[in-house]
Amino acid sequence: MVGKQLKTILATDCGSTTTKAILIELTDQGYRLKTRGEAPTTVEAPFEDVTKGVLNAIMEVEELSGLKILDGDTIIHPMRDDNTGVDVYVSTSSAGGGLQMMVAGVVKSMSGESAERAALGAGSIVMDVLASNDGRLPHQKIERIRQLRPDMILLSGGVDGGTVSHVVELAEILAAANPKPRLGQNYKLPVIYAGNIKAQESIKATLGEITDLDMIENIRPVLEIENLGPARDKIHDLFMEHVMAQAPGYKKLMGWTDAPIMPTPGAVGSLIEMVAKKENMSVVGVDIGGATTDIFSVFEGQFNRTVSANLGMSYSICNVLAEATLKNVLRWVPIDIDEGELTNRIGNKMIRPTTVPQSLEELIIEQAIAREALRLSFIQHKSFAVSLKGVQQERTISDAFDQSGSGETLVNMMELDLLVGSGGVLSHAPRREQAMRMMIDAFVPEGITQLAVDSIFMMPQLGVMANIDNDDLAESARKAAVEVFENDCLIRLGTCLAPVGKAKPGSLLLSAEFDLPETGKKTVELFQGDILIIPAPFASIKAILTPSKNMDIGKGKGEVLETEVFGGTVGLILDGRGRPFELSTDKSMRIASLNKWSRATNEYPDTALIGGV
Amino acid sequence: MAHSYTPGLKVLHESRVKKERILPLKGEVVVKENDSVNPEDIVARTHLPGSVQMVNVGNILNIDPADVKDVMTVEIGAQIPEGAMIAETKGLFGLFKSNCCTPVDCRLESISSITGQVVLRESPIPVEVDAYVRGKVAKVIPEEGVVIQTYAVFIQGIFGIGGESRGELVVLSANREEELTAEMIKPEHAGKVIVGGSFISLAAYKKALSLNVAGVVVGGFNYFDLEEILGYTLGVAITGSEDLVTSLVLTEGYGEIRMGHRTFDLLKQHHGKFTSINGATQIRAGVIRPEIVIPLDPEDLKGDVHAVAINEGIQPGSLVRVIRAPYFGRIGNVVALPPELQKMESETMVRVAEINIDDKVMVIPRANLEMVETD
Repeated sequence: MVGKQLKTILATDCGSTTTKAILIELTDQGYRLKTRGEAPTTVEAPFEDVTKGVLNAIMEVEELSGLKILDGDTIIHPMRDDNTGVDVYVSTSSAGGGLQMMVAGVVKSMSGESAERAALGAGSIVMDVLASNDGRLPHQKIERIRQLRPDMILLSGGVDGGTVSHVVELAEILAAANPKPRLGQNYKLPVIYAGNIKAQESIKATLGEITDLDMIENIRPVLEIENLGPARDKIHDLFMEHVMAQAPGYKKLMGWTDAPIMPTPGAVGSLIEMVAKKENMSVVGVDIGGATTDIFSVFEGQFNRTVSANLGMSYSICNVLAEATLKNVLRWVPIDIDEGELTNRIGNKMIRPTTVPQSLEELIIEQAIAREALRLSFIQHKSFAVSLKGVQQERTISDAFDQSGSGETLVNMMELDLLVGSGGVLSHAPRREQAMRMMIDAFVPEGITQLAVDSIFMMPQLGVMANIDNDDLAESARKAAVEVFENDCLIRLGTCLAPVGKAKPGSLLLSAEFDLPETGKKTVELFQGDILIIPAPFASIKAILTPSKNMDIGKGKGEVLETEVFGGTVGLILDGRGRPFELSTDKSMRIASLNKWSRATNEYPDTALIGGV
Repeated sequence: MAHSYTPGLKVLHESRVKKERILPLKGEVVVKENDSVNPEDIVARTHLPGSVQMVNVGNILNIDPADVKDVMTVEIGAQIPEGAMIAETKGLFGLFKSNCCTPVDCRLESISSITGQVVLRESPIPVEVDAYVRGKVAKVIPEEGVVIQTYAVFIQGIFGIGGESRGELVVLSANREEELTAEMIKPEHAGKVIVGGSFISLAAYKKALSLNVAGVVVGGFNYFDLEEILGYTLGVAITGSEDLVTSLVLTEGYGEIRMGHRTFDLLKQHHGKFTSINGATQIRAGVIRPEIVIPLDPEDLKGDVHAVAINEGIQPGSLVRVIRAPYFGRIGNVVALPPELQKMESETMVRVAEINIDDKVMVIPRANLEMVETD
């Protein structure tokens, strides 16, 4: 091993409401989570010092682990000879609203989209995308920039050596708006220029005086190549230098950490990217919070992240209702409920966001809304995670009947290997079956897909551990991140097997034979409209899957697939509801189907008790 | 003793209320410390930079951007009236000149030799901040604004729409259970803040709007009716900037929910007093709740000012309100706070409180309780 072998690692995530600390130790079974602690975040008045919340969370870790970590208000690191303290301390942060950016590009669907991808990948919230062709007049753009007050701006546009006037025009609009940063009145707004290198001098002349301007490599040097790395790195640097340094207590916190503080979603994204690369698999990760839903994906080796800023389970719950419509929320509710009463209940959750569902009916309503929030966020993600637009395609005669253009979505559900969910409504669902059902209903996986949930949402801390740059610490910290992710972070729910194709109700879709570790061979038949559940632990299970003539389970229509699948806490779910999946528009039939599936998957105690059919 | 942190809304009969009145940009403060102010008095003013117009002179005159500087007829910084010429080409032998004029009254801010654009800045926009409540200037923050202090009844609502408003307080419902109906709202309530019991319907609120009522304070309103008032579906609870003559403050939530008795009694007690209300709500980090401030006359002051420091948490004996179904809106006393997690009907494992409601002990998640904070 290169570098130092770490024995204990302490990591915190300063969220907008809660600061979470985890302690990782090297054991005989490798790196494992020892304990966790949490405390309210203290960025806002009356405390206005993030380190107070950090110390409180660490104190809880100290109490639970018995390890002395603090010496007064100081984290002991590296570990002392008397076995007090930890080897490394790292942190992520999304407190104070996280990193809020505005991006600008000449063409909205090309450099604008690349700039947005870079900003999202770095973990920021993109407040708006300005483009020469976005249909707004210059004074409207200026008004918008002034209103938003972003933390920083990423400006791109033009291929290297191309025309300069368009990107300079954007710079002139920025200069005319003369935006002020959100936090701190006494510093200039950071602007990153990542466009045509030929325009650098003119950009400097336009923005050099009034902003804190950084020049980096072009994000789109030629149309066919997207170069996001330098922009992402620069965003992280500026996040530390400017945004974090302005937030209360962060200067102190930055002095404590052994690696730069990362924006929370940036850390989660890099962890998912690392896992996908290591396992050579396609992964979708989702974090559904109170205000926003983040989706991360890796398909064909390409990482994408989107933030659905107003789709969440508490602060934004009414926006889910507005965007999804009441009809779409109601279609997941297996009971008859008064619509006016339902909207008032959802409204009351928005204005009292910290409440929890006490009755089964309340839980069912929340989980119906979660399905819609996840579904809508995933639609947004699919339309954003696309191949580069504006790229000329080379075609041969064999492509004549398959003319997919540039800008096609990369998300291919049949290719998806692993779907990971996190966030309160998924991680804390009273039954794991509920989490699995919510994800299956919202994401509609096709073929064979493993599902998992993050047990206690520690992906941010593991993400920042995996990103430590210091040569002495990097290898050990990365190993720890991967091992804890595998062993303690992920709760393997099982695998969803969903044949794709249209079939008549009640017709046979799939015959399957599984070689289960404890009970031996099991043969099942899956019919249209049914869901089956087979309890099976998380272990490799040999499977022979024989789809009917018009159905595809991964190898083509009617093709037999011999493969291995993995069970989990829930087991194997065989979903025969069809792909595409449609719910009946007839209310009584829909409620009957929902209750049938609910009973088949052991989802709720007994919906008949509260009026289900 | 068992103890649990629980948020609560303030219902205070006498409180020292401090209100910051801050300009959006630095400007001028026009009052002095210890000045007495009325709600409508201006305390600070400034000018926001004017809007920007960009005119591409290069394109309009069909010349190279680099040549734009040479054809400009006004200097950078010059004040230009609407319609005045800002650039003119030399033409051919002094003939066939073409020119470009400003679309607005403005000042020439800059000229670009790369894009051919000129930036024109319109006149600054004046902004004034008033005192909002009757009181004294407790502090002047130079160039930024003031802090107004008053001794007042202070009540927080749970949700509101519309910004700051003010007027005489008129309690219309006979009791906290009674709905505020359209028939109760009359032309003489124009410019007043009217108070109902459990509910106001869309039709009644619309009548209040049409009669220019200054504000409505009531227990509940239907969430789905908000759309018709606002013109859009309210997705996140961030309000206050709506252009409504009648601000609405809900003390309890959505639906028909009787107003808390303490709130109703306090409002009734101050019937006829001049009141300031603000419907602005922000339910995010840095939460802002709507409020009702009724400044007290010196003879009303009893001196038992309740310090606005709360959040000592609930303890056995505390008065709490349930804020989620199935017992939404019920009020009771905490009997016990068992430390261990308990399973609810939803199978959610939560920390609970045992509450005595109408002589029956009920088990409620602590997260679904709100402290009824009274003084």
